[in-house]
Amino acid sequence: MFSYCTDPNALSGLTWLSCYLTTGKHMAFYFSFGTVLLLLAITAPVALLFGFFGASAARSHILPLRWFGKTYIALVRGVPDIAFFLFFVIALDQMIEWTRHKILCPEWTEPVRQGNDFVVCQAAKMPLGSAPQWVHETYGFTLAVFTFAIVFGAFAANVMFGAMRAVPRAQMETAEAYGMTRRQAFRRILVPQMWVYALPGLGNLWMVLIKATPLLFLLGVEDIVYWAREMGGSKTSKFTEYPHGDWRMWYFFALLVFYLCFTRISEIFLERVMKRLTKGQATTGGEAQRKAPA
Amino acid sequence: MSCWMTIQDYGLRAVGIGERLLPREDFTLCQQFTLIGSGMIWNIYFGAFALISGFFFANALAMAKSARSPWLRKPAEWFIFIFRGSPLFVQFFFGYFLFLSLKQVFPIFTPFTAAWLGALVVLFLNTSAYSAEIFFGALRSIPKGDVESADAYGFSGWPRFKKIIWPTMLRLAWPAYTNEAIFLFHATALVFFSGFPAWQQKGDALYYANYFADKTFNPFVPYPILAMYFILLTLVVLSIFGLANRFLNRHLPQEARRKIKLKMNVIR
Repeated sequence: MFSYCTDPNALSGLTWLSCYLTTGKHMAFYFSFGTVLLLLAITAPVALLFGFFGASAARSHILPLRWFGKTYIALVRGVPDIAFFLFFVIALDQMIEWTRHKILCPEWTEPVRQGNDFVVCQAAKMPLGSAPQWVHETYGFTLAVFTFAIVFGAFAANVMFGAMRAVPRAQMETAEAYGMTRRQAFRRILVPQMWVYALPGLGNLWMVLIKATPLLFLLGVEDIVYWAREMGGSKTSKFTEYPHGDWRMWYFFALLVFYLCFTRISEIFLERVMKRLTKGQATTGGEAQRKAPA
Repeated sequence: MSCWMTIQDYGLRAVGIGERLLPREDFTLCQQFTLIGSGMIWNIYFGAFALISGFFFANALAMAKSARSPWLRKPAEWFIFIFRGSPLFVQFFFGYFLFLSLKQVFPIFTPFTAAWLGALVVLFLNTSAYSAEIFFGALRSIPKGDVESADAYGFSGWPRFKKIIWPTMLRLAWPAYTNEAIFLFHATALVFFSGFPAWQQKGDALYYANYFADKTFNPFVPYPILAMYFILLTLVVLSIFGLANRFLNRHLPQEARRKIKLKMNVIR
C-alpha cells in the first residue's frame, strides 16, 4: 500500500503495523464489513415485506391462508433460529436443484435421494459446475439473504400482527360506517396507522438483526467472522511477510467494538425517530413529552 | 440392532458414556432421535447453570445500575451495554480466544478453553447482562405507593428492600425474565459452532443434528427432530416459570395476576 512497505523485514513499530493493516488480505477483511452492511440493507426490507404478508395472511378470512400465516409466525417460536439458518440453506438449495432437475432432465429415472446422496443431473446443478467463482459466491450470499429474510420475516410478521390489532377498533368501525369494504379499510385506515405501534418492535428487531449478522459465517459466506479467524491465526514467516502469533483475540475484539458502535448508533437513531413519532400521540410516551418542562 | 440397544449405546454419548464411534452409514430414525436427544443434555446443562448463577449476578448488577454512586453505576452500565450491544456469537469467539491466550501465561485457565466451563462463563455473563436490564426496568416501575406504604409502616434499609422492593421487582420482571430464560436455552445451541471445540464428538443437540444433516445430506429429518426437542424444552421451562409466577403473585386477586405471555424468540 505505502511506498515504504516494499521490505517488511526492515520495518518496526507503527510503520510495520500500518503496512500490516493494509495488505491485500486486510482489504478483503474490510470489504467483508461491506458484505455485512449489504446483507442488512437487503434483508431488512425483504424481511419487512415477508412480515407484512405474513401478518396480513394471519388476519385473512380465508382459512388456509390464515393457517399459513399463523404457522409461519408460530414456527420460529420455540426453536433456536440458528437451527433454521442451518436448515433453510440446505433445504432451499435442494429445493432449487430438485425443481431444475425435474424440468431440465425429465428423462432421468433414478431417484434423487440414493441412500446418503442427493443426486441430480449435471445440467440441474446450481450454480453450474463450470460457473466462475463469483457466481458461486453470489449464489451462496443470495441463499443466505433469503434465509435471513424468511426467519426475520416471521419475527416481523409477529410484530406487525400485534400492531394491526393495536390500531383502535373505533377507527375500523368508522371506516365501515363510511361504507368502505374490508380491503379499502385495510389499505386506507389500518396500514397507515399501524406503523406507530409497530415501530418499537421493529426497532428491537433491527437490533437483533444486526446482532444476527455474524451467523452469516455458518451459512458459508466469507464474512467478517471468517476473515477474523483466518487472519488472526498465527502466521510463520514461511507463508507471509508479516509473521505474528495468535492474534485472533484482537481481531474478535475489533469485531466486538464494531458491533458495539453499530448498535449504539442505531439505538440513538431509533430513539430520535420514536420521539418524533410519539409527539402528540395519546400514549404514555406522548403524555410524558407533553408534561416535560419545555 | 434394536432401538433399545441404540439407546443404550448412544443415550449418554454426548457426555462420553457408551459407544465411542458415531454411526457412519445406514442412519436409522432411532439413532437420530437418540443422539440428538443425548445432545440436549448439554443444552440443558448450559442453560440451567448459566440461568441460576446469572440470576444472582443480575440482581447485583440491577442494584448497582440503580445505585446513586457513579462508582457502582458506571461499571454496571458499561457491563450491560457491552454484553447487550454485541452479538453472543462474537462474544463466544472472543471469549474462547481470550482464554486460549490466557492459558499460555496462566495454566490455570486451561479448563476455560473447554466448552463446559468457557462457554458457560460467556453464557453466564451474557444472561446476567440481559436479566439485569430486565430487573433494572422492573425496579424502576415499582409503584410509588408500595414504597410509600412501606415507609409509613416504618420499613427502611435492608428490611424494606428484602420484604417490599425485591419481591415486587421480581414479580414485575417475571414475565420478561421467562422470555429471557427461553432465549438463553436457545442460545446454548450456538456453543459448538463458535470456536469451542466438541472434544471427542461430544456435542450438543444442534451439533448432532448438523452431523446427521451433513452425512445424509437430508436436512428434513434431523432438524425437525431437533425442533421437537427444543419445543418440548421450551414448554418445560414455561411451565416451571409459570409455577414460580403463581407463587410470586399468590397474594394478588385473581384478575390482577400478570400472566406470562410468550413473546418473540430472538437471538442476541
